[in-house]
Amino acid sequence: MTPAAPRSGLVDRHIAFLEALRGAGLPVSLAEDLDAVAALTALDWSERLVIRDAYAATLVKRRTQRPTFEALFDIYFPRLVGAGAAPYGEEQGPDESGARDNGQALASFRQELLEALTEGDEQRLARLAADMVGRFGAMPGRGPGLSSWSAYTALQRVSPQQLVDQIVSALLAQGRSEEEAQRVSGRRVGAFTRQVEDDARRRIAEEKGPDHVAKVATRPSIDRVDFTAARKSDLEEMRREIYPLARRLATRLTQEHHARRRGPLDFRRTVRASMSTGGVPLTTHHRPKRPHRTELVVLCDVSGSVANFAQFTLLLVFALQDQFQKVRAFTFIDHVHEVTHHFRPGADVVDVMADLAASTSHAALWGRTNYGRALAKFEEAHPDALGPKSSLLILGDARSNYSDLNADVLVRLARSARHAWWLNPEAVRHWGTGDSAARTYGDIVPMVECRNLTQLGEFVHDLAV
Amino acid sequence: MTWFASPADAAERLTAAGYLADAATATTTFLAGALEKPMLVEGPAGVGKTELAKAVARATGSELVRLQCYEGLDEARALYEWNYKKQLLRIQSSHGEQEWSATHDDIFTEEFLLTRPLLTAIRREEPTVLLIDEVDKTDVEVEGLLLEVLSDFQVTIPELGTVSAVRRPLVFLTSNATRELSEAVKRRCLYLHLDYPDAEREREIVASHVPELDDRVAEQLVATIGRLRELELKKAPSIAESVDWARTLIALEIRDLDDKAVNDTLGVVLKHASDHDRAVRELRLNR
Repeated sequence: MTPAAPRSGLVDRHIAFLEALRGAGLPVSLAEDLDAVAALTALDWSERLVIRDAYAATLVKRRTQRPTFEALFDIYFPRLVGAGAAPYGEEQGPDESGARDNGQALASFRQELLEALTEGDEQRLARLAADMVGRFGAMPGRGPGLSSWSAYTALQRVSPQQLVDQIVSALLAQGRSEEEAQRVSGRRVGAFTRQVEDDARRRIAEEKGPDHVAKVATRPSIDRVDFTAARKSDLEEMRREIYPLARRLATRLTQEHHARRRGPLDFRRTVRASMSTGGVPLTTHHRPKRPHRTELVVLCDVSGSVANFAQFTLLLVFALQDQFQKVRAFTFIDHVHEVTHHFRPGADVVDVMADLAASTSHAALWGRTNYGRALAKFEEAHPDALGPKSSLLILGDARSNYSDLNADVLVRLARSARHAWWLNPEAVRHWGTGDSAARTYGDIVPMVECRNLTQLGEFVHDLAV
Repeated sequence: MTWFASPADAAERLTAAGYLADAATATTTFLAGALEKPMLVEGPAGVGKTELAKAVARATGSELVRLQCYEGLDEARALYEWNYKKQLLRIQSSHGEQEWSATHDDIFTEEFLLTRPLLTAIRREEPTVLLIDEVDKTDVEVEGLLLEVLSDFQVTIPELGTVSAVRRPLVFLTSNATRELSEAVKRRCLYLHLDYPDAEREREIVASHVPELDDRVAEQLVATIGRLRELELKKAPSIAESVDWARTLIALEIRDLDDKAVNDTLGVVLKHASDHDRAVRELRLNR
């Protein structure tokens, strides 16, 4: 009998890491597992980032999965242990690192953070994030394994959000434009906030084991974040995704149109082409099929609760307008207002969104969402909008503040259009609860759940085909 | 043959071949060689995906075989095809003097075979880099074909038998991600997402392509490009465009990239009128 060979624990960690990735929704198959092992054996284990790149190359197959992967990699293969080998403040002498959390330390820390954020010095920011959690986010426990760290506490204490104005003015002094300075500082503070959260997770993982953290702390990738639950930084990132998404959709649509374009045989062309092969028709030629394009009428609820969702859907429709013969867009809260004229072909997205936001105020007379009123107004004011060639697309959560629903108006509208759909940003399980009229309206027009970019993309694709 | 000794070696030799690879690119390229697996490179247009394959070919002294994908690409264009016209001529010229069975054996021989990039790459005995460019442009059926070729490196031609690779080519697939590739293809590949480089690396790239560009102007150029990428543009400028811009500045003998110079040459970098307007406004060029 041979005793079990001593285990390094590396295999266990590898397996646990893979399990965590699967748990977070990455489809890591056995083939990829073996690839990763092969890759690791081909490499030198001297550098952490090389290992990370090797894991990334073999396990991550989609760009949107990358943040999830990095978060988990940081948990299972942490960058540093505890406060790290070279804690921040070393150059300022030992007394500085001893005074962990007091008013003076906070002030000097914020000063340092301000400088780093203004410069956008990534390495320094990473170090500051680790230090910030260690100093201001510690929640001491009574024994080993009981202490914990809170990114929330640390962020409350230091509140980097309040530094934004100072960063903006510093950036303005560097000659950047107002709007750009706002955006840059917002992004940097957002990124720093995420770093702090990551570091807190890392430390908790150290105490409680990575599996625990991996279960509770991973966020969905950006195309699966709910419109209604998105943070400000998410929204910005999602807006950047809109054009690539629109381009992907457009390419796919053209490809599919082409694939189905092959019409009836063009006999004369085929015979003419067969001359060069001695009368044997090796290749056949076909008449092109005439594509039909839909006219799209979008009716969009822009009240506060669904504003994000409305914004993204309008943006996507705008980006895809050349896929439709004609697009007309209306926004409403309790009053309908046409916004089609903002959708100039080739116009700038940011301008369009700003114009739309500005015109939102016209859509409300009383300020409370009222679907019944809006539908009736639409029927009354724009009777020419819908026709046998148009598709009606209604966007909204169907929460109508217990007002009259005017279901019969929707029936008439749906009848006069060729197709009608309703996109609802709420999860199906919430439909019909409270003041939601989703069930009533859903019986009249097909209602589709649309909570994130992926679902939106899928829907628009089906719509345009 | 081993392609690269280590990630560091890969980085070094790619640099020597004129391609400045970042750490992830070097590591993944090394792994593609070491594990003999195809490598899928995704990323926005113009970040150097195709260039990477070319540079690997240069660095390893291999031949580059390129399959440019497009919508409607089929087996006949990717793998092999019989030269029908020549076969017809052969049949017609024999005027029934020859037995059919002999003719049949005759017309399905090497002489009448047109090898296309995939078969060419597999049959080559010298080191080969196979570049399958813009995979996302093909139809889904072609992916199936690629799967067979990429996993076994062999092709079966009914009339001739199975051709296996004597020496596995190093395969690069590039994609702009306009279409999601199938899980099966992705599973067989190593994956690398190439993105816009950081300012430092971009400056090095520009300098290596346009060495006569002044350091200070290069820095201004890279900073401006970086700011343009931060804007919400329809088409963000790529590395290819920064290099073009650098060349333009040289051609126009512009020694200082001030607002006027940027405004005059912005058309090299931005390809949409609305992007142009936006940039002018955000960078405050119309003073």
